[in-house]
Amino acid sequence: MGENTDPDLLKRFRSGDVRALARAISLIERRDESVRELEQALRPDAKTPGVAGFTGAPGTGKSTLVDAVVSLLRKKQSSVAVLATDPNSPFSGGAILGDRIRMQRHALDPKVFIRSMGARGHLGGLSLASREAIRLLGAFGFDEVILETVGVGQSELEVAAVADTTVVVLTPNLGDSVQMIKAGILEIADIFVVNKADLDGYTRVMAELRAMLSLAPKAKWKPPILATVASRQEGVEQLWEAVLAHRRHLEKSGQAQALSEQRLRDETGEVAAELARRRARQALEDDPELARRLLADRTPYRTAEEILDRKR
Amino acid sequence: MKVRARDAKEVWKEEFESSPARDDGIETSTISGVPLQPLYTAGDRQRREEELPGQFPYTRGIHPSGYRGRLWTMRQFSGFATAEETNRRYKYLLANGQTGLSVAFDMPTLMGQDSDAPTSRGEVGHCGVAIDSLADMETLFDGIPLGDITTSMTINSPAAILLCMYIAVAEKQGVPASKLGGTLQNDILKEFIAQKEFIFPPAPSMRLVVDSIEYCAQEVPKWNTISISGYHIREAGSTAAQELAFTLADGMAYVDACLERGMHIDDFASRLSFFFDAHIDFFEEIAKFRAARRIWARWMRERYGAQQERSWKLRFHTQTAGVSLTAQQPELNIARTAIEALAAVLGGTQSLHTNAMDEVLALPTDRAARIALRTQQLLAYETGAANTIDPLGGSYFVEALTDEMERQAEAYFKRIDEIGGVIPAIEVGCFLEESADAAFRYQKELELKRRIVVGVNDFTVDEEEPIDILRIDPRLESQQSERVRDVRRKRDQARCTNALQSLSGAAAGTDNLMPYILDAVRAYATEGEIMQAMIEVFGTYTETAVV
Amino acid sequence: MPSTAVRPVRIVVAKVGLDGHDRGVKVVARALRDAGYEVIYTGLRQTPEMVVDAALQEDAQVIGLSIHSGAHMTLFPAVVEELKRRKATDIIVFGGGIIPDDDITALKKRGVEKIFTPGTPLQDIVDWLRKRFPDSPAK
Repeated sequence: MGENTDPDLLKRFRSGDVRALARAISLIERRDESVRELEQALRPDAKTPGVAGFTGAPGTGKSTLVDAVVSLLRKKQSSVAVLATDPNSPFSGGAILGDRIRMQRHALDPKVFIRSMGARGHLGGLSLASREAIRLLGAFGFDEVILETVGVGQSELEVAAVADTTVVVLTPNLGDSVQMIKAGILEIADIFVVNKADLDGYTRVMAELRAMLSLAPKAKWKPPILATVASRQEGVEQLWEAVLAHRRHLEKSGQAQALSEQRLRDETGEVAAELARRRARQALEDDPELARRLLADRTPYRTAEEILDRKR
Repeated sequence: MKVRARDAKEVWKEEFESSPARDDGIETSTISGVPLQPLYTAGDRQRREEELPGQFPYTRGIHPSGYRGRLWTMRQFSGFATAEETNRRYKYLLANGQTGLSVAFDMPTLMGQDSDAPTSRGEVGHCGVAIDSLADMETLFDGIPLGDITTSMTINSPAAILLCMYIAVAEKQGVPASKLGGTLQNDILKEFIAQKEFIFPPAPSMRLVVDSIEYCAQEVPKWNTISISGYHIREAGSTAAQELAFTLADGMAYVDACLERGMHIDDFASRLSFFFDAHIDFFEEIAKFRAARRIWARWMRERYGAQQERSWKLRFHTQTAGVSLTAQQPELNIARTAIEALAAVLGGTQSLHTNAMDEVLALPTDRAARIALRTQQLLAYETGAANTIDPLGGSYFVEALTDEMERQAEAYFKRIDEIGGVIPAIEVGCFLEESADAAFRYQKELELKRRIVVGVNDFTVDEEEPIDILRIDPRLESQQSERVRDVRRKRDQARCTNALQSLSGAAAGTDNLMPYILDAVRAYATEGEIMQAMIEVFGTYTETAVV
Repeated sequence: MPSTAVRPVRIVVAKVGLDGHDRGVKVVARALRDAGYEVIYTGLRQTPEMVVDAALQEDAQVIGLSIHSGAHMTLFPAVVEELKRRKATDIIVFGGGIIPDDDITALKKRGVEKIFTPGTPLQDIVDWLRKRFPDSPAK
């Protein structure tokens, strides 16, 4: 079963209680099954928010940029939720989550919701939790969701799997040139932003990016390369315009539908994997004979198939 | 002869290594992590020309006569509650032999806010005196002739405002600005690095600092325009070498900014002053002070081409380390402070503040403040520490450590240069990260008992005896709020509004802002109003937090 | 590898008021992270309202405050009051800084659960949290 000891959660959620939303996200984060009922009950309420993912190395001013985008969205009267992920320590499991600091001016604005998530270090966990959290945020009434993540490990790929539009943020003084950036990032970007564009080296980064992109296989959407100075709110309008243009492209080209279907399938697969993992762990705990055989024969593959074949 | 000396050292080495070592696991490096040899001999120091006090590069002191010519200034930092109470405490300290004043302001004043602002709630008068307008400043110095004493004011973002208030009070006493002597902390760079009392972003903050330096060079020539501080950086967790390097690097950033303004180095360099920590690792501190003088002198003469000797001489104030004080068995803090103060004296400080034993718990009581002052008098008159100049000069250990401090500082300068300078380094959080790392490391060492703090992680007592501490009357916040509202009611509104508007206008341009701030001060504009007039143009700054 | 089914306790750590001395709070944040907690550091110059709002959005169980300015007798109770107002009194409040013993007693009466004075070993804070939240997986 689950650990949710709050029978009123759905009621409070529907009444707009932020704490209920926050609690529900926590249940999702810890993969508590009790949140399934809540999610089911909310299906009719579900509004689909626009989802933009921002990823970039530390020092690119990504949080400041997200803060500037939030300001812009608020000016347009949109409500926005930010999910910011930082890695958990692989040793202790703990984390220091500091992304809120850059968004102080939105503190106490009820139409802005900021949630820090530890990436928890397990495969696929981030995208599953994010997907479900996004649905909840939509059901709660948010127009836009921004995912923010540091480009460490696989997190940027997970963001790209969830967001409609992925924005990759760079800066002129990254030290290394564009060539050093992980290949995966360049492939997933729908939009490139060179932030801190007022610094030396800006034109060089732009040129290198353009050169890289010219070598990429032709695709229907050509990722624009934009310049911003987030700390001065410069270039942010154009950035959002580009996000909207990308969304229109997804609709017109039919990609939106295709992506949506693909993602549902992906998510189903991920959920199946998660359920199977749980079952496997439980089975090995509950059945000492099975565990003994596994150790004796050293056959994880066969053991796994046997577990999955069993009746529940 | 030479051969025999070497043999003797080898013999010592053998004997040392074969004798039992202490097994308590205590670190033998300095608290900054500098490894120490068990013994230093003549061979451990660099071949160097003989150094003498009053001679470049001033390692042994900037004056040929050291403390034989003049003792250091005993300048106890103080301030609390209202201007009246602080005025009383100043008169008490002056009567007891303090030789210069040092003003501590409360948090709202430090942050440029009036006592009745909503964000001042709960903060008025707690860690210093509340100054909202010229009226409070007049009360603070009532009966104290500003022409006869020197005053240090510890304030940063609003520093220009407080300096103007001081000038305006002196005017009313009939003392011209040209006669005024003292120091303004006014070191905004270290706010971004350590103390976090910044308001405006870095560029306009620097502009204000340069404005004040430029103005004083003309109008208040005896005033030390800036106290470039390492104290706060050290207290935030940095090592001694980092304290040294970051402080001097800040100093160079200010020099660069003034030169960019078009000032000539010799017009302002002699009025730059410094402020260091005197921490508990005795010898490291002495070496740090000596290295500071040597490094600064070289940079001023060789890199900046300063021609006048007074531009090469680094003058500094020292405060004993607040962070070394303990809440447990607080009387021990008297001993700690005495040792730290001695390090400052042996390092040749020009002025000194000694902490009171109860400052881990609250602002000092009269008694604790007096003991702190007496500690300096004891050092000056009983111990003989002031009788010879740079008494540790020539010590194999201290000279080797001085050289080491210098080396480490130069390595940091290089790194900062690579990042592009102090302000870019601030923006990438370089200093914050170093300090946070060092602080964490130190804490870990304490928890592993590789370092001992007496009364805290060893030699503890089960029952602590309570000591009396200073309490701030909670009514004073509403009293002070009423006071500032009264000032706003009674002043010439038109004059005040005009002055504030002129100030905003000037802030948007390139004029030196000091005369505009002075006008606003004379019109009894409040500190909060003056800051707001500038915030409208400059904006405010949010830091990139590094944990 | 930490279990993904159990959840670390979430702690909002903040500096309320004008005081900017953050050496202590940063050291504590690191220690809590190393002990397996998720620490949401909200930075300097927070108001009581901002801290509580963050705690609600983050579904935190604990709020930790650091105050060196002497304003603790106003600011700690203000946070407790705000928790009451937002109907979140199950969130516990602890803190540290320059706080004399008499004030600690007074603050406890006003709803602050624990105050750690200067010199407290970091392990004491962790031990207290572990006792308070025995189900948290902090290793």
